[in-house]
Amino acid sequence: MSDPNLTRNQASDRVDHEMPDDELDAIEHRGAKEDARSLGRDAWEDLRSRPTFWISSFLILVMVLMAAFPDLFTFFAPAQDPAYAQLINARQPPSSEAWFGYDTQGYDIYSRTIHGARASILVGILTTAGTILIGGTIGLLAGFYGGWLDSLLSRVGEVFWSIPLLLGGVLFMTSFPSDVETPYMVVVGKVVLVLTILGWPRIARIMRSAVLQVKSLDYVQSARALGASPLRIILNHVLPNAFTPVVVVATIDLGAYIATEATLSFLGIGLQPPTISWGIAISDASALGMLRAAPHMLLFPSIFLSMTVLAFIMLGDTIRDAFDPKGR
Amino acid sequence: MGTYVLRRVLQMIPVIIGTTFLIYWMVFSLGDPTVGRCGERPCPEAYVARIHQEYNLDKPLPEQYVRYMAKVAQGDLGTSFNGNEVIDQLGDRWPVTLKLATIAIVFEAIIGIAAGLLAGLRRRSFWDSLVFVSTLVIISIPSFVLGSVAQMVFGVQLSWFPVTATQGTWEQLLLPGFVLGSLSMAYIARLTRNSLSENLSADYVRTAKAKGLSSGRVVGVHTFRNSLIPVVTFIGADFGALMGGALVTERIFNIPGIGGYIFHSITTKDATAVVGTITLLVLVFLLMNLIVDLLYGALDPRIAHE
Repeated sequence: MSDPNLTRNQASDRVDHEMPDDELDAIEHRGAKEDARSLGRDAWEDLRSRPTFWISSFLILVMVLMAAFPDLFTFFAPAQDPAYAQLINARQPPSSEAWFGYDTQGYDIYSRTIHGARASILVGILTTAGTILIGGTIGLLAGFYGGWLDSLLSRVGEVFWSIPLLLGGVLFMTSFPSDVETPYMVVVGKVVLVLTILGWPRIARIMRSAVLQVKSLDYVQSARALGASPLRIILNHVLPNAFTPVVVVATIDLGAYIATEATLSFLGIGLQPPTISWGIAISDASALGMLRAAPHMLLFPSIFLSMTVLAFIMLGDTIRDAFDPKGR
Repeated sequence: MGTYVLRRVLQMIPVIIGTTFLIYWMVFSLGDPTVGRCGERPCPEAYVARIHQEYNLDKPLPEQYVRYMAKVAQGDLGTSFNGNEVIDQLGDRWPVTLKLATIAIVFEAIIGIAAGLLAGLRRRSFWDSLVFVSTLVIISIPSFVLGSVAQMVFGVQLSWFPVTATQGTWEQLLLPGFVLGSLSMAYIARLTRNSLSENLSADYVRTAKAKGLSSGRVVGVHTFRNSLIPVVTFIGADFGALMGGALVTERIFNIPGIGGYIFHSITTKDATAVVGTITLLVLVFLLMNLIVDLLYGALDPRIAHE
């Protein structure tokens, strides 16, 4: 009974005995760790051998650095301050001095493109955190407790899921309009809020099905029979199993959220000038006559935006392939 | 099949009520229905009072919602601030958007299924990788970037297509239609490939091969038709993304359709027009989903008998 080397089978044979909590802890922990190590190590070995994993991780790292410390990238640019404009330079094409050229206002496109990363990365990461938190909790509750709670939460999820992301975003941003004086974080917060409201059901569904899958497994049943609390079952058995599918979908969706934010800014209802963002830059570049006069204005923010979205989608795809046993 | 149809329709009702209520609550209760109706200035009190009366905002929320839905059901989507009925404006514009969507769907279905077939029949070949990489690239490029770049390259620099589509003729809508369909094309290619390769290793295909059927017949009759079921339903369910994309594409190419109308209303801060149009689109989207579900049940009897 006090033997710490109890195997899981022996433990489940003794369900009628009361077990001290720390022993239960030791047994369950060992089990979870061993499972996680073998599965996780396998997947990690697989991931490490994939070039797409390293390429996308590197791209994401660069973009996150760009968002956090834009000065790291702009200290050699002609205008380090992205708000510094000289009209005399307006629409000059790329040169050895200004690598990406200048835009209509005479802003250095290189610094503005670097500084534009912040809005996209912020929206992407905050929205993903929000959807995981809300969707994860709701999915857990629905799957774990089942019954009427499950039906209710699933129907509610369907309601939010039925509004297309971009249309819902346009609707929300029109009803709660921003103008030049709205602070940066408030506008970012609004975009994050609407994308979270419309995006959480996807995570909730995955979480729910992961819970349902795990709930009926023998080792979870025995843990429950041993008297493990719902919290312990969730933490030790449900979350490790739900982790991979949630990470895969969340990573791919992060790319989609960045694209949606940029689209809203492009349409003129997301971030507003003078805020710097790729969506606004692309919107300016595709204004009347600009495509002919200054195609470089369109090119650079477009490349950065697409690369960022690509990096997240590629990472999600790669993780899924690595963890999918069918693919091996 | 009868019970399946009934069940689907009954399940749809709470979703429709929930979704429209959510939109109504967000726009009229949380938001301010007078937003954008008086330009940059705040609205005069008398006008605010009139709007409150028009939308029954002094009544309890459920009653407001029911009265609002009764109006929507009669085709009254509100009057924009310049006095035009939103529904009339949409009446003039939907043919253009329908044309645009038709081009997009034809394009995405033909190219997407062809690419998916190519990749699925030759798994792990060069063609498979090519389709995988090119769909990844297309999925990663947001549609407004793709549209702007396509307009610049094919419209302005190469002059292969008209730069804008202000008349909304078939010829003008060709390039915008390709742009609109490209994202779904990538998804259709991947879907076709995966569903084909899954079916190719199914037992019934092995049986067909074992019976000595030619590979053309095995693929063409036994596998291809089954593999297309998810593709057909995807095309139907894709309506929401298509309308979101139309908003962007019509803004870029200056197309006088529904998307262009929403964008124009956004720039003139005409909230009523935006809300009315999008409410209608969401309703159509829900209806499309229902039809797709029913279609799925008809195409794949396993679903209906679950």
